[in-house]
Amino acid sequence: MAVFLFALLSITCIGSITGMILCKNQAYCALFLILAFICTGGLFGLMNAPFIAVVQIIIYAGAIMVLFIFVIMMIDIRQGLTPEKKRWIVYPSLGIGLILVIELIFVLNRIQDLSGTNVSETVGSPKILGKILFTKYLYPFEITSVLIIAALVGAIVLVKEKDNK
Amino acid sequence: MIPTIYFLILSAVLFVMGTVGFLIKKDLITQFMCVEVMLNAANIAFIAFAASSSSLEGQIIVFFVITVAAAEAAVGLAIILLVYKQKKTIKSEDSSLMKG
Repeated sequence: MAVFLFALLSITCIGSITGMILCKNQAYCALFLILAFICTGGLFGLMNAPFIAVVQIIIYAGAIMVLFIFVIMMIDIRQGLTPEKKRWIVYPSLGIGLILVIELIFVLNRIQDLSGTNVSETVGSPKILGKILFTKYLYPFEITSVLIIAALVGAIVLVKEKDNK
Repeated sequence: MIPTIYFLILSAVLFVMGTVGFLIKKDLITQFMCVEVMLNAANIAFIAFAASSSSLEGQIIVFFVITVAAAEAAVGLAIILLVYKQKKTIKSEDSSLMKG
């Protein structure tokens, strides 16, 4: 059952990302990506990480993709996309992808000792995760909040209309 | 249960797809989406290793990665809007001011 779920989720994820790469319309790209993120959330749930699965769906598939869709709505795509100039870049990029595949196959071969172990049954419950997050990892947590404030202020300052006096 | 190596293979496949998509696509928004796909691939690998070693550290790291990705998306999309305002285009090849 779990293997069937894994196959379903991973095939949907890979398929929707392929659709995102092949699709021309940015809005459809964003919708494909939302589907892929929801599938990734399901995969996190399969790996006994329910809290991360919910965070993935709420923050990634919800908040971040809403930002993307807002920006896509604000930009005039037809005006923004000038006609295609040259497509030769496809072949070198596929070559780079092939090199990356070979590298990753080597890396996966090196971690043979993991291939026998299974995904364990211990549940990373939100309770334990929260306890660790607010005791051992309190300092990174606070730094992350400062980072988010900085990003918020930075984003507002960047797109603010300058008043020409 | 599912072997860990399956998740690692899926993570590798997603990372390669994100890289190839980033190189193939021409508009900044879709390229940015491909970067998010690559981040997700790394997250899958983190969670897989955390589950196989029964430790919670991997999940904590993924939590921080997701938070930083949210901040990064806000700033990145603001920069894309700024590029569009100034150049009236969102194709990355048209922003070649520093090309020699």
